[in-house]
Amino acid sequence: MKIVNTSVPKKDALQLLTGQPVYTDDLAPKDCLIVRLLRSPYASAIVKSVNKKAALLIPDIEAVYTWEDLPADAKRFTLAGQTYPEPSPHDHLILDRRLRYVGDPVAIVAGRNEAAVEKALALIKVEYEVLEPLLDPTVAKDNKIIVHPEDDWEALCPVGADNKRNLCAHAESNAGDIEATLADCDIVLDRTYHTKAVQQCMMETYRTFCTIDTYGRLVITGATQVPFHVRRIVALALGIPKSKVRVIKPRIGGGFGAKQTCVSEVYPALVTWLTKKPSKIVFSRYECMTASSPRHETHMRVRLGAMKDGRIRGIDMYAVSNTGAYGDHGPTTVDLTGHKPITLYRTESYRFVADVVYTNNMPAGAYRGYGAPQGMFAVESAVNELAALLGMDAFLLREKNIIHEGDYLPSYYGETNTSCALDRCLARAKELSGWEEKGLCRKLQNGKVRALGMAMAMQGSAIPYLDVGGATLRLGDEGTYNLLIGASDMGTGCDTILAQIAAEVLECDLDAVSVFGVDTDASPYDSGSYASSTTYLTGQAVYQAAAELRRRLTLLAAKLLKCEADEIIFDGKKAAKIDGSGALTLAELAVASQAGNDVALDVTASTKSTASPPPFMVGVAEVDIDTETGEVRPVHYYGVVDCGTCINPNLAKVQTEGGIVQGIGMALSENVTYAPDGRVYENSLMQYKIPSRLDNGRLTVVFEPSYEKSGPFGAKSIGELVINTPGPAIAAAIANAVGARFYELPVTPEQVAMAAAARKKK
Amino acid sequence: MELTLTLNGKKMSRLIEPGILLLDFLRSEGCYSVKRGCETSNCGLCTVFLDDVPVLSCSLLAARAQGRRVTTLEGLRQEAEELAAFIAAQGAEQCGFCNPGFMMNAIALLREKAEPSVDEIRDYLAGNLCRCSGYEGQLRGILAFIEWRKSEKGGAAR
Amino acid sequence: MIGIRDYKKAASLEEAYQLNQKRGNRLLGGMLWLKLSRNSVQTVIDISGLGLDKIEETGEGLRLGAMVTLRQLELDEKLVTYGGGAFREAVGRIVGVQFRNLATLGGSIYGRFGFSDVLTLFLALDATVCLYKRGRVPLRDYAALPYDRDIITHLLLPKAAPLAVAYRSARLTETDFPLLTCGCAVRSDALNIAVGARPGRALLLSGLEKYAGRKLKDEEIEEIAAHAAATVPTGSNTRGSAAYRTHLVQVLCARALRACFRKEDGCGADADS
Repeated sequence: MKIVNTSVPKKDALQLLTGQPVYTDDLAPKDCLIVRLLRSPYASAIVKSVNKKAALLIPDIEAVYTWEDLPADAKRFTLAGQTYPEPSPHDHLILDRRLRYVGDPVAIVAGRNEAAVEKALALIKVEYEVLEPLLDPTVAKDNKIIVHPEDDWEALCPVGADNKRNLCAHAESNAGDIEATLADCDIVLDRTYHTKAVQQCMMETYRTFCTIDTYGRLVITGATQVPFHVRRIVALALGIPKSKVRVIKPRIGGGFGAKQTCVSEVYPALVTWLTKKPSKIVFSRYECMTASSPRHETHMRVRLGAMKDGRIRGIDMYAVSNTGAYGDHGPTTVDLTGHKPITLYRTESYRFVADVVYTNNMPAGAYRGYGAPQGMFAVESAVNELAALLGMDAFLLREKNIIHEGDYLPSYYGETNTSCALDRCLARAKELSGWEEKGLCRKLQNGKVRALGMAMAMQGSAIPYLDVGGATLRLGDEGTYNLLIGASDMGTGCDTILAQIAAEVLECDLDAVSVFGVDTDASPYDSGSYASSTTYLTGQAVYQAAAELRRRLTLLAAKLLKCEADEIIFDGKKAAKIDGSGALTLAELAVASQAGNDVALDVTASTKSTASPPPFMVGVAEVDIDTETGEVRPVHYYGVVDCGTCINPNLAKVQTEGGIVQGIGMALSENVTYAPDGRVYENSLMQYKIPSRLDNGRLTVVFEPSYEKSGPFGAKSIGELVINTPGPAIAAAIANAVGARFYELPVTPEQVAMAAAARKKK
Repeated sequence: MELTLTLNGKKMSRLIEPGILLLDFLRSEGCYSVKRGCETSNCGLCTVFLDDVPVLSCSLLAARAQGRRVTTLEGLRQEAEELAAFIAAQGAEQCGFCNPGFMMNAIALLREKAEPSVDEIRDYLAGNLCRCSGYEGQLRGILAFIEWRKSEKGGAAR
Repeated sequence: MIGIRDYKKAASLEEAYQLNQKRGNRLLGGMLWLKLSRNSVQTVIDISGLGLDKIEETGEGLRLGAMVTLRQLELDEKLVTYGGGAFREAVGRIVGVQFRNLATLGGSIYGRFGFSDVLTLFLALDATVCLYKRGRVPLRDYAALPYDRDIITHLLLPKAAPLAVAYRSARLTETDFPLLTCGCAVRSDALNIAVGARPGRALLLSGLEKYAGRKLKDEEIEEIAAHAAATVPTGSNTRGSAAYRTHLVQVLCARALRACFRKEDGCGADADS
């Protein structure tokens, strides 16, 4: 391989690093109407009346819309960017009369400048009927307060949803007889875990601008991971044909799943469709922290059955996932909470039961890991505690119990573990971190304690039988190529990675492949960039398109050289007859393809998958703990990853490093908490603390690749996997330092200090 | 009110609203590298130079730039491209949205101190949040750049 | 976000003072906190052109202008001589360099924010606030006063530097607001301990007279820390409970004191922080 598995810089790197205007708000027309939302101050309320007269008198105000301005027959929809019919219930309206969380939109205001819009927002008079909110997910099921009592609420898929019971979904799955297994175990660890909601905090907040094109169609340009889903969702929300909607994705300033939900698009879309004028919405950070789509807060009870020799025989998990006011991604995220961590272990039986409940909290959504980080914290913490109980090394306990290549995976939809270097990842992580030499806990001269903790993780690669990857490859003038994709590069570098795959197959320079994405009018259909699907699935589409284009180049060359196609050898630069009697350069073929030619050098490939091969990771956290103040500072994090072949090792490494630091934030400092009235306390980057570069210590990331035959050049996914290990690994390190266990994320300095103080007293 | 300043080396006068923040003024002048990432002065995305000192343009009235020099990444293209190549070589630009603020502050650091230590780099850039990279790749890039600059200078002296 | 109708760069302190008497006008410091207020302001008054950005040695002691930035506090050599690493320890992790290049000493002191590292340290250092009209007020008194419309022009630090100064804080993340702060200054005739981020405004511990002017034994340090924990009122917010803060009062007081007396000769500037 010449280009695959090399660390070429991203194609857009220099443009980004020199600050070129390539993002949504840099590109928005200057005469855009400014769109902003009046949001509910109550966690639960009914809009009795809205008086917008005073607001409309402001000269620069173009429009004020409330629920009364929507068509009476407006259908409910989901904002979740998922393949239709979506598993997420259709429970949203653009503007609803019932308000379900602090921040739910009450009115849309559009005006010619910020000042006018701000003034208008203050002048809209709303009369609310304030209702008692439901804020505790543990009592939400069958509560007398119902978050979605409406009759037109609809679940399109059989996910066990029942709005009258506050159930967004209910799931059960099992293999073997878990009760019998646990009854027969030497030890059954029964623990309850809790992970708080956390925010994606991509640096670019949600934003969208809309225009009307030459043909009277609605053009939506915005920061989204799911352009094709946005087209469908907006068309449904506005009640207009999908053919009237076009979606363009420029550069995105980070996504992490946040932009897999259609959080900002519908509002300017409504404004532009009704006024036929360009409009834009740019979410403030405040809105981004209070009215967005964070990770689902989850309560988990884990029962882990094992024998004294360390054999883990059964895992039983019950999860309550808090989807908040709306069910975007609710039914699907929870699935990963159980199936990803349980699958890491070879057990005789397992059971996973989950309730996804509605509350009057901010609606949850998709965030890197998609439910897996919660479950991974619970199960890996339980396994770490089991190791301590057994007096067994945490690595050794894993070595005895992990799945291996070729294993049948009952808790992973009956798939086979086709590629797996988890065993090698364990060995390497142990060595790399100095696990044995350093010891789990040692006192430092400055009075702090340095401790180690570890955890494993897996994820999937695309959603089998559902996700679609698409790629179009075209030969252009001078013998260069255009690669058109529908997957969204959100900074991860998929434009470059997919071009590397194309260049490898076509044996050309990377610079010879220009990438275009995304425009729903021009790109081939692709489900979008989520579910760890792009490299694995869209990568396969690129591979197939490139292989087919090669074949067609050979066909054209054979025609021109008047021979059979199998007499032609194409080496990327020229197509030559085997006998040496003639050859055409690629540039000559390109010219010939544009004159009297009927061989289309324009190939579209579409791929699906029949499996979701898991990538694996082992993480070791080395952490300094001030047991008196409770401050915890990671000093070094070691990550060993099996993502199959790295198409671009640098980008895979940076993905891993970024995921680890997000995981560190989730473990130690990121927290969404609510006031008794349902307001979010952590409503800014001043109050919600993501790690700065002083908070994560050093990172060492290495790869132990397996080879996944179904992926392009052996690749699996990496994007989501890498956020999973810090939570349980850091919690374990703190436990090793303090001698007490922690069952909730984030682990706060207060919890650490008070636990250490209590232990000292004993 | 009238504002006279030197923006990226060009002296200019503009009529401005007295309350406009420097960030919004700069974007209205086409300096799109200057980004807003928060409202609470925490993210560092909007970093520009005021008379060569890095400041948050989201927290400074444009009026306060009266008679002073303001520099954005648009005005530092060549200096930026040198460092940028080393960040790109690590793949650490990622989504790019924090890059301009990060680049500005990194340039400020490297002007103040040619060969900062790892701790000095991390301290100086602590106010530049990045959610993609985990910071380690940015650090590798800066260290590689410092090494290159040392060898370039050494080479020139020889 | 704040709305600002007019901007005026003051040509003199008197002009600034007169403008500042109007309700609806506001004095502009670094603007970092002002920016977050939801009010609308008629005129913001900029005093950045009045030469208040200097740190000078005067006959009375160190004189720091109100427009001195936190970055200056962190780097100024005169302050290193005066307080060792304590200034850097107190302000060097506040958000970031770009933030500290804007945030001002005067703004921090005027705001008297509960979370203020600056207020904690300057209380421990026996600073005096110089107000344009009212004249000099000891910071320990100023800290308890309500907000008024006078202008802080300078802060004065006593001519004799403390024998030792130490500053300690605990934080959720390195650049976050403190969970609790503690500043200690040892003088030949006094021992000052200030505790802040309780989360209320920083205050000075009383009842320390008997410990003044001598090297303290370990038991005495523990005694003082326990006294501090018993007497300093603490409260709860999202960052921590009152009980946790009281625990931190004891831990950080003891640490700051130990740092003051670590050197063989009994005292020394806090160089290790």
